Amino acid sequence: MFRGLDCRLPAGGALVLTGPNGSGKSSLLRLLATLLVPVAGRLLWGGAPVAHDPAGYRGAIHYVGHLDGVKPALTPREMLAFWAALRGAQYPGIDAALATFGLERIADWPCRWLSAGQRRRLALARLIAARAPIWLLDEPGAALDTDGEARLAAAIAAHRAAGGSIAVATHQPIALTGAMSLAIDDFAAPPAELAAL
Amino acid sequence: MHAFAALIRHDLRLAARQGGDIGLVLGFFVLAVILFPFGIGPEPELLRRVAAGIIWVAALLAAVLSLDRLFASDYGDGGLDLIALSAMPLELAVLAKSAAHWLTTGLPLVVVSPVLALFLDLDPVALPALVLGLLIGTPAMSLIGAIAAALSLGARRPGVLLTLLVLPLYLPPLIFGTAAVEASLSAEGARAHLVLLAALALAALPLAPLAAAAALRQALD
Repeated sequence: MFRGLDCRLPAGGALVLTGPNGSGKSSLLRLLATLLVPVAGRLLWGGAPVAHDPAGYRGAIHYVGHLDGVKPALTPREMLAFWAALRGAQYPGIDAALATFGLERIADWPCRWLSAGQRRRLALARLIAARAPIWLLDEPGAALDTDGEARLAAAIAAHRAAGGSIAVATHQPIALTGAMSLAIDDFAAPPAELAAL
Repeated sequence: MHAFAALIRHDLRLAARQGGDIGLVLGFFVLAVILFPFGIGPEPELLRRVAAGIIWVAALLAAVLSLDRLFASDYGDGGLDLIALSAMPLELAVLAKSAAHWLTTGLPLVVVSPVLALFLDLDPVALPALVLGLLIGTPAMSLIGAIAAALSLGARRPGVLLTLLVLPLYLPPLIFGTAAVEASLSAEGARAHLVLLAALALAALPLAPLAAAAALRQALD
């Protein structure tokens, strides 16, 4: 989908991926999350290939994609506790996560009662429930209202102030100070090359 | 270990909240067994001879029935991404999901099987061999089933593909399981067959998670 793409994400840095639908923003994020394997190219973390310490790298990233993994039968509190436990977090900040995204009131409702925006907030709340220095966010603002967007922006600012980095794919203009912008369609692979794969 | 236990707890909680799934599998198992006397006639002699086979085949089909939701719902709602990115290797996650699957389907089948065996007039002497065989065989079926469930992700008709993939793989446990019951009624004793069944289950314990995890990585890619 893309080629010749080279970028680095410093601690506290932000990378905004832009491009039309289908240009490969989500694919790049899944690639950064090691969920996709690149046809060619390398992914380095702290100067060393990720393949040297895949478990360590997985522990350092948070990936929030289009699909939120929310189970209709469980409550937001249960979902957050499960997600934090999956990451091996010993002291998960469930209440802090619920408060950050304004979910306290619905914390013990079954998730099937949640609206699309509330589910998105819940998916984002796992960024707070268990900490990781690198956030990979795919269209995090989708379905969020203005309050939700403000809470997301505040969470991102706090994360970066604490030395965390973020890579975000988005259509909406997102207020990120000192963010690098990467227009992914500049690196689009020629159609002939795609057909050869 | 923390993540492993959390995944089992999560799956058990989901199964408990959506209680229908366990009931469905058990209901299918009981009904399938009860259908046989109607199909082949109620002669106790005949039923006694085929009882073990009927129960094993019905248990096997009931297990297949429940396999399609092993990974499919997590695959569909993005939960599988988070499991793949968790603190444990994907192989361990498969083991946790298989364990939860066995606790919610295999174990209830084992518990109900003696009642159905008596319903089919199986000699009570053979009951320990039947129950013990199922107790060893059903975990193997959950593990082997995980491979097929992972392979069928993303297929157009996953349920059908899964059934075709998994049924041939279930032949060995079926053969040793029913042979154990037969043997327990003769001087031979069930021990040899049960040991072979256990060997099968122990081989599946490390191999099935490896294979299923590889298939899951393919499905996510």
